Amino acid sequence: MNLQSEFLGIKSPNPFWLASAPPTDKEYNVRRAFEAGWGGVVWKTLGLDPHIVNVNGPRYGAVWGPDRRLLGMNNIELITDRPLQINLDEIKIIKRDYPDRAVIVSLMVPCEEDCWKSILPKVDETEADGLELNFGCPHGMSERGMGSAVGQVPDYIEMVTRWVKSNTRMPVIVKLTPNITDIRYPARAAFKGGADAVSLINTVASIVSVNLDTFSPEPSIDGKGTHGGYCGPAVKPIALNLVSQIARDPEMQNKDISGIGGVTTWRDAAEFLALGAGNVQVCTAAMTYGFGIISELTSGLSNWMRKKEINSVSEIVGKAIPNVTDWQYLNLNHVTKAQIDQDLCIKCGRCYAVCEDTSHQAISKTINGERGFEVIDEECVACNMCINVCPVENCITMRDLETGEVDKRTGQKVSDEYANWTTHPNNPSSVKAAE
Amino acid sequence: MSNTKLSPGIVSARLSEEDYSNNFSDAYPGFSNYEAKVEADRCYFCYDAPCISACPTEINIPLFIRQISTEMEEEAAKTIFDQNILGGMCARVCPTETLCEEACVREAAEGKPVKIGRLQRYATDATMNSNIHPYSRDGSNGKKIAVIGSGPAGLACSHRLAMLGYDVEIFESKSKAGGLNEYGIATYKSVDNFASKEIDWLLKIGGIKINFNKTLGTDFSIDELRKSFDAVFIGCGLQDTNKISIHTGSEQFVEDAVDFIADLRQVNDFSSLPIGRNVVVIGGGMTAIDAAVQSQLLGAEKVTIIYRRNLDNMSASQKEQNNATSKGVKIIANAIPTAIEKENNIHKLKLSYTEVDNETGQLKELNQTFSIEADQIFCAIGQKFNNLLDVFQSKRGKIVIDNDGKTSVKNVWAGGDCVDKGEDLTVSAVAQGRDAAQAIHKSIISK
Repeated sequence: MNLQSEFLGIKSPNPFWLASAPPTDKEYNVRRAFEAGWGGVVWKTLGLDPHIVNVNGPRYGAVWGPDRRLLGMNNIELITDRPLQINLDEIKIIKRDYPDRAVIVSLMVPCEEDCWKSILPKVDETEADGLELNFGCPHGMSERGMGSAVGQVPDYIEMVTRWVKSNTRMPVIVKLTPNITDIRYPARAAFKGGADAVSLINTVASIVSVNLDTFSPEPSIDGKGTHGGYCGPAVKPIALNLVSQIARDPEMQNKDISGIGGVTTWRDAAEFLALGAGNVQVCTAAMTYGFGIISELTSGLSNWMRKKEINSVSEIVGKAIPNVTDWQYLNLNHVTKAQIDQDLCIKCGRCYAVCEDTSHQAISKTINGERGFEVIDEECVACNMCINVCPVENCITMRDLETGEVDKRTGQKVSDEYANWTTHPNNPSSVKAAE
Repeated sequence: MSNTKLSPGIVSARLSEEDYSNNFSDAYPGFSNYEAKVEADRCYFCYDAPCISACPTEINIPLFIRQISTEMEEEAAKTIFDQNILGGMCARVCPTETLCEEACVREAAEGKPVKIGRLQRYATDATMNSNIHPYSRDGSNGKKIAVIGSGPAGLACSHRLAMLGYDVEIFESKSKAGGLNEYGIATYKSVDNFASKEIDWLLKIGGIKINFNKTLGTDFSIDELRKSFDAVFIGCGLQDTNKISIHTGSEQFVEDAVDFIADLRQVNDFSSLPIGRNVVVIGGGMTAIDAAVQSQLLGAEKVTIIYRRNLDNMSASQKEQNNATSKGVKIIANAIPTAIEKENNIHKLKLSYTEVDNETGQLKELNQTFSIEADQIFCAIGQKFNNLLDVFQSKRGKIVIDNDGKTSVKNVWAGGDCVDKGEDLTVSAVAQGRDAAQAIHKSIISK
């Protein structure tokens, strides 16, 4: 399967780019990433000299599962801590050696036009494929008026993007912070300023843990901590939602989005694409497992596409967007009931505990006097919590009631007509047909 | 190493020092912190969890496992000890595969139950190793209770009573406390003197005095105790064993497996213990398995268990049978010994095959016979009461108790292997001892 990807006219052999982060900090890493098969990189964010410094203690915090699986990670690392020219020279060498791969340069300089004017020509000389403006980092740089401090103010986004667009030949991607109330405002501002695409999400402002002996947030530097940026599998649901909100926005139809946030497997990538991302950027998964995961990402995506008879990556993009809607348009006449497969049931009773204690008292704990768990159709609202907690896959499933079948909970027959909240009699502002 | 596995007869020092130390080291070493957390994560925290009711002491297993997963080993241990003060030993010796782990829903789901026993050991070891005794006694209430026997039943009963304020005196026939915990458990299940350390830890509650070398019937009587104590608990176990009669000519040939196991527990130097080149163990319970496995570990060349009924009828669990066969023990079912003969200076045990009569259910001896070489024969066909039963109402040779553990004699309670109730397990004895203590307390405060 050909996974050839084209994003803003930038070609890469697959839609998997490494996000701007430690894995793309220098030539050595990027070379190894490209040898492993990554489609592109967004170089670790460059800034003006004198280069910034990092803390000399731990930069990362973690949320682990009991088996030490890294579920979420946060970091307090800043942008590149190497001199600008070294990075620029290495970028140029890399692009020369890997012309078929995407090389994007991430930038973060103060909100002054002169700063941008001074750095952009230097970046142009590297012959990289594009720019990504880092308006996302929520820690450290934001205290200095950069990163998410810009991304949280749509006017700044628009202003800076406009400066950049008028001073570069390159396509410009604006990287957005999720630490806002409505992602559509910063996204619209980016496009208004002339951005060619947005990428999201950057990390989520976070404290991952507090040491209960020292009472210091972690990672702890000499007994003190600061909030960091959260990433990894834990943030994927947040990222998916924000990507979809931009993809669905009528004001941003057909705008390009680079999806970022907890992409760990090919499956995650496919979901981002389906919600409107043109490609994906990966960081935490590579930092957790190394560059070798690219083989699983590409082979998995290829295999799935073959099975689904999808011939190109671009066919996946936005495929799920028509099915993302507002709550008010969900079909209230669609009735389902949980059902428990007694052959698969191992009688742990977790469904009973959750339903009895926290939901709708719709599961009985005995069957003919013996320990056993069964759905009480008269009570079941099909909330799905029993499935969420059931340890056995496919043991509890949701059954769609047939048209005409009586819902034992309401005593009503199931209608095949679509009816949503906007027309529901309980809705004080329901839209009534004119009489 | 003066002898080898092939040295004829019954000799000592068949193995190297290293082999002895490997063979009798901890069979299932404790979990590391990481292993415990990963295993704890496998628990589903079931509603009304089946493992709890499968435990004779009804430990709140999902709760203690959840406490382990949040790194609260002390709290986990307390959850265990609240129900079972000998939770440390039970974690080592319980046949969990027929109790909590058999009931675990993951056993039904995938044949791999949560390793409850090992998690229990992890939690209890953590607390006991840091020498924390999580209970205290308010002080004496002035009431005195006599406890006969310092095995699991007696200890559980004593601890609970002491905690409730009673002054407890234990009468122990041996010179060391612990009963079967000290004398009756396979050595590799209780290494590093665990049984005795556990008792030291248990006695930290205070208010418990142990009188050693005091035998019921010889040194004191039940009636004497009843006169000088407010209540009596009997947890004396079964002192006698069932014997088998085989035509042996003049030699006393068959040894008690119980004695063999006790000797193993008390010995410091395994190479000093003689063992036969060809060992035969007669029986189908845990004692038979423990004797056979340990014979093998002591360096016997061939060890055979002879059991008279079908394998399915063996009271030793499948896991224990597998453990034995994995060590090289051969199990021959449906056979009974009939005679011992000496041919060319080698003892041979003659056996007949048996069959269960489908109609009567009786065991029939068949005409088919065979023989196996047997330098040493251990008998493990059950223990029994000695002759002290006459004052009690009894059944199947054991003391009858009611639901509160009370015997037919006024102010006398009983529990453990000496009563006709529950399974002959350490954990059942603990439950009976604990419950009898509560019943004694209830009876005394209601007077």
